[in-house]
Amino acid sequence: MTPLIKYLLHLADNTLILSQRNSEWCGHGPVLEQDIAITNISLDLLGQARNLYSYAATLIGGEATEDSLAYLRKEREFRNCLLVEQPNGDWAQTILRQYCFSQYQYALYQELLNSKDPQLAAIVEKSIKEVAYHLRWSSEWVIRLGDGTEESHRRMLKAIEELWAYTGELFEAADYEKDLQQEGIAADLEKIKQEWQLKTEAIFAEATLPMPRNVFVQTGGKQGIHTEQLGFILTELQYMQRAYPGAKW
Amino acid sequence: MVNTKADKEKIYEYLREIVDPEIPVLSIMDMGIVRDLILHDDEVEVVITPTYTGCPAMDMISMQIRMHLSSYGFPKNKVTMVLSPAWTTEWMTEEGKKKLKAYGIAPPNPRQQGCDEKLFAEAEAVQCPHCDSWHTHRVSEFGSTACKALYQCDDCKEPFDHFKCH
Ligand SMILES: [Zn+2]
Repeated sequence: MTPLIKYLLHLADNTLILSQRNSEWCGHGPVLEQDIAITNISLDLLGQARNLYSYAATLIGGEATEDSLAYLRKEREFRNCLLVEQPNGDWAQTILRQYCFSQYQYALYQELLNSKDPQLAAIVEKSIKEVAYHLRWSSEWVIRLGDGTEESHRRMLKAIEELWAYTGELFEAADYEKDLQQEGIAADLEKIKQEWQLKTEAIFAEATLPMPRNVFVQTGGKQGIHTEQLGFILTELQYMQRAYPGAKW
Repeated sequence: MVNTKADKEKIYEYLREIVDPEIPVLSIMDMGIVRDLILHDDEVEVVITPTYTGCPAMDMISMQIRMHLSSYGFPKNKVTMVLSPAWTTEWMTEEGKKKLKAYGIAPPNPRQQGCDEKLFAEAEAVQCPHCDSWHTHRVSEFGSTACKALYQCDDCKEPFDHFKCH
């Protein structure tokens, strides 16, 4: 498997798994408008995943399709970051997870617009407007909850405690990212990390939330070593195709 | 097949008969999602671009184009999807915007507003498609489909969808 295929699967898995997590809110959102918002975000992410999987499938060739990549790979073959597989928790935890990911994704996609791989650049160009929406929405919610009531502030603090160890992995380049970065296909994660920290410090300041320092960084997802969460997600996501192979609507 | 301009115009006319399944007053030509029409020696190729990456209407639209062209005597046809340049509401035709409004959906504003990163920005001013009042407010940034936001008119009190700028 070439570094580009691994990288595309990494990008696609991030969006598929976060999409699946967010979709768990469908019908359970705190208010109707926000239920619609989070499921719309879920749909955008699923659309991105489809584009990335389809492209990966053409490079893999043979029998591979977007569906086989989403439905028939095993846990260890998924390369998503640990952050996106973490449970929804309460609304604060879902918001913080979305914010951390969207801020990262926005900075990353801005760099990938100039990727030397034209199809990847095209997928990113198509997606980045949607990501800007997700980022704006989740940033506003981080501020609203952090600088909200005592209760909402407390819940944001708890969300930070739950999730922060998983944010560092976003910026730790896997071997395939390093290879592709040299070729001008993947982005320089060090640059994205600085951008992410700068923007996040500003948002957290407005949200009256403390920016954690020197937190232990949990890694592994990009290489297929996941938390116990991913197995449960895939069990649900892949159930139909595993139980009834080839089932169609 | 003869590769003439007349043929192309004829096919564009056929394409104008295909509507967006989620907004059945808009043709795919009004939406600006048909990017090119290529007449190969023995095959018609229609190049389309998605509105939103996750838009579930795209698969259905592709299928409709293929069935439609077949029924007009072009059994050898294919639909190709391109992602770049990315679709924008600026590609929607003026006629399409009028049709949207008549259907009760506020069309995207001619000049893009509120698409930037600014937080807590004031909601875009949108005209009520029912009574033409500008006295409206945004209820939700996300609506019934990926392309719409939910508004309400403060004069006639009707809620309405706004096709948001993209
Ligand atoms: Zn009105």
